[in-house]
Amino acid sequence: MNYFETDLTKLHNQLVNKEITSVELTEQTIANIKATEPKVDAFITIAEEEALAQAKAVDEQGIDPNSLFSGIPVAIKDNILTKDILTTAGSKMLHNFKPIFDATVVEKLNNAGAIMVGKANMDEFAMGSTSKNSYFKMTKNAWDQTKVPGGSSGGSAAAVAAGEVLASLGTDTGGSVRQPAGFNGIVGFKPTYGRVSRWGVIAFASSLDQVGHLTRTVRDNAAMLNVLAGADHRDQTTSTREVPDFTANLNGDIKGMKIALPKEYLGEGVSAGVRETILAAAKQFEALGATVEEVSLPHSKYGVAAYYIIGSAEASSNLQRFDGIRYGFRAEDVKNLNDLYIKTRSQGFGDEVKRRIMLGTFSLSAGAYDAFFKKAAQIRTLLIQDFDNVFKDYDLIIGPSAPSVAFGMDFTPEDPAELYMYDVLTIPSNFAGLPAISINAGFSEGLPVGLHIIGKAFDEDTVYRAAYAFEQETQLFKQVPNLGGND
Amino acid sequence: MNFETIIGLEVHVEMKTNSKAFSPSPVAYGAEVNANTNVIDWGYPGVLPQANKGAIEFGMRAALALNAEITPETHWDRKNYFYPDNPKAYQITEHDNPIGRNGYLEIEVNGETKRIGIRELHVEEDAGKNTHNPNGYSYVDLNRQGTPLIEIVSEADITSPDEAYAYLEALRQTIQFTGISDVKMEEGSMRVDANLSVRPIGQKEFGVKTELKNLNSFNYVRKGLEFEAKRQVQVLLGGGEIKQETRRYDEATGTTILMRVKEGAEDYRYFPEPDLAPLTIDDEWIAKVRAELPEGAKARRQRYVSQLGIEAYDAEVITQTLEMSDFFDATVTAGAEAKRAANYLMGDVNAYMNDKKVELQDTDLTPANLAGMINLIEDGTISTKQAKKVFKAIMEGEEPVAYVEKNGLKQLSDPAILQPIIDGVLDANEQSIEDFKNGKDRAVGFLVGAIMKQTKGQANPNVVNELLMASLNAR
Repeated sequence: MNYFETDLTKLHNQLVNKEITSVELTEQTIANIKATEPKVDAFITIAEEEALAQAKAVDEQGIDPNSLFSGIPVAIKDNILTKDILTTAGSKMLHNFKPIFDATVVEKLNNAGAIMVGKANMDEFAMGSTSKNSYFKMTKNAWDQTKVPGGSSGGSAAAVAAGEVLASLGTDTGGSVRQPAGFNGIVGFKPTYGRVSRWGVIAFASSLDQVGHLTRTVRDNAAMLNVLAGADHRDQTTSTREVPDFTANLNGDIKGMKIALPKEYLGEGVSAGVRETILAAAKQFEALGATVEEVSLPHSKYGVAAYYIIGSAEASSNLQRFDGIRYGFRAEDVKNLNDLYIKTRSQGFGDEVKRRIMLGTFSLSAGAYDAFFKKAAQIRTLLIQDFDNVFKDYDLIIGPSAPSVAFGMDFTPEDPAELYMYDVLTIPSNFAGLPAISINAGFSEGLPVGLHIIGKAFDEDTVYRAAYAFEQETQLFKQVPNLGGND
Repeated sequence: MNFETIIGLEVHVEMKTNSKAFSPSPVAYGAEVNANTNVIDWGYPGVLPQANKGAIEFGMRAALALNAEITPETHWDRKNYFYPDNPKAYQITEHDNPIGRNGYLEIEVNGETKRIGIRELHVEEDAGKNTHNPNGYSYVDLNRQGTPLIEIVSEADITSPDEAYAYLEALRQTIQFTGISDVKMEEGSMRVDANLSVRPIGQKEFGVKTELKNLNSFNYVRKGLEFEAKRQVQVLLGGGEIKQETRRYDEATGTTILMRVKEGAEDYRYFPEPDLAPLTIDDEWIAKVRAELPEGAKARRQRYVSQLGIEAYDAEVITQTLEMSDFFDATVTAGAEAKRAANYLMGDVNAYMNDKKVELQDTDLTPANLAGMINLIEDGTISTKQAKKVFKAIMEGEEPVAYVEKNGLKQLSDPAILQPIIDGVLDANEQSIEDFKNGKDRAVGFLVGAIMKQTKGQANPNVVNELLMASLNAR
């Protein structure tokens, strides 16, 4: 099976018409993953046995003609709990952790008949924008294996971009689905905060985390949100709002749509190639009958600083449970309880995670709270107000999903804050809880440029409509990397 | 130099909701180790808290019963610290916006009523329990982890250990009558920490306070505070300084012993809990909880005195516990004469409970059976003497009417049966009739005794008296 030449609907029809069984599809998928992995290293775990057993069960039950995912292999980011299957969050701390229950999103995919073929590599505890912060391996960009795949959902993005699977789950706290989707020229979506349950997702920053998903086409992506969305009593931050059919309005018609292009999103730090590609995309939207106007989101420049304070503060608290007592890694040769805590956490966490725990702990401490955490929370409010003001007059906001195309695997800046700037364009929508997508807008330096489209809260529909119209007009999704392994 | 004592009390009360504050695990005392736990209580990766509305409503009950203002906009906060009995390493609590503020409780000391302010009430979750085994291992039981607590913080309005004792008694009773907790110190469902400072009378500023822990009964609270007040005064009179420190009460010696000196406040890095939505408590919700609030002890006492004719002291005794008061109400509702019901509960029932060392709920007595027995006494079916036997039977769960029937305990009240017996006794005791006519009242007692003897004690004494006097006067 060549995933570059198909999509969910076509594959579903083949399964329904018994041109292929789910077991055959799963076998081919795993064979292709094994052939491709040496190049991209997208997976921490390939769940071959479990996937084939699942596919067999689906075949025996019969492909569900009403469920697009029935019998379809998918990949899941390794910070999402899969029952009895290793779930590491990319960390030594959980190198041996096999959960006893499935995350809600996994449960939903299982119920839809999807086949979980493997767990995707990621930055440790989803902290990073390169996937290099994984304890296990370095995932490579599907287009150029000397480049990073982005992060933190780098494995999920590379797996889809390299044709290993048609769809994958990621998580997005500050851009962790959209930025790697952009770097790999695929479709990455972060729903409105509260649209998808976080139950069973290893928390990074609870007020920002959302499960997102990655596909090659916009329609496949919208179809996946149909499966994932909905209230969950186990996550009291989920919305009870009705879930529409997100594929219903994908017709290419965006005439009269009002699109805003914030000047801050094409400002300093954004590469010329990215800027040109996004300006061309704006022209494309105009050609499709939308209007594009420049606006201002004046507080954008404070977003990164506020993010690294709030995100790290919440992470410092969320990650306290990893203490070596109940699960995961435990340090040897400890003298007492405190020693156990200190050695386990010193040895079990990587540098970036420790850096953020320290930053977050400091931001919440009595002497620093007002100047850091509280100030950051105020900035968050201002960023939300910026969006509210623009969305009074516009339907969507566009920009790049990263300031540059994918950079080299060997790029390791002296100051880690330099890497933090790669999240500058995606962070604000996490702060405001808004739905946002990244789709391929074209190429610069031979690498994909991500077009970022942000919508109003719970208006995923409009985001998908615009993305679909752009995708169908440009047909960029037909351009695929040459990995040599697919045939 | 004369000193005055300033005391503030922090009381934690476990609330008996069906499930825990943030997980569906059951809340129950005495279950097998770690039986009442699930992934949320373990702090498992990927879990999220599920706020129990019942815990908030119980917290509102406590706040309303203590005359506090309910905070309309509140949210949960995280209090961060590492310890194995706290698996996720933070406690979910209300730091910024406690559920209730500015309440009060009235206490009586030496016949005078005093109002003690309640600064605030917080709903929060309890931690689990660590036990340290001599084998060198420590064991963690998470059954208690996540049990909802209400923390009740008094103002520093308490000026003596006796007042502290009275405050705790009144608080225990008030909370118990809201129905949210058993409030038992011995089971840990009520826990007390005390802050105490002293200052020379007339001084405006507070002295440095110490915190007392390990206060496992109201009596130990009083003794610990008495000791600590004396200790502080002695230190000051000796030219010393009081240090801000935590001391534990030692039951064996009745003294307080230094646990740790506080070097600045501990930093719990509080911040708003991002996994739970903020909470809006509107007037409608408050009104609903207020309407569901069981009648308090004070209101019950007033009702007992004014409507049921119970003596004030007796009303006080009956409302010592919610259980007794509920039982009394149910007995009266079942048709019993109120005073007699009160007397039985305070007397025979209480004695039975003390004797067997059980609680009312552990006996087989029901309000219906107690009322049944009282009605048998009231309508003359049995004498109070016979009632003693019936009482024993109903404490074992017997139905009184059937029991009396079965054991032939009925009192003889029929004049047609009693008159011939009386006549017989009079005929046999001419001398006593003579004595009666000569004004010797003693003779009546003798004659009644003889009649009772003939009826094996079953004669209704009132009827006998009436018939005997008529017969004597007729002779």
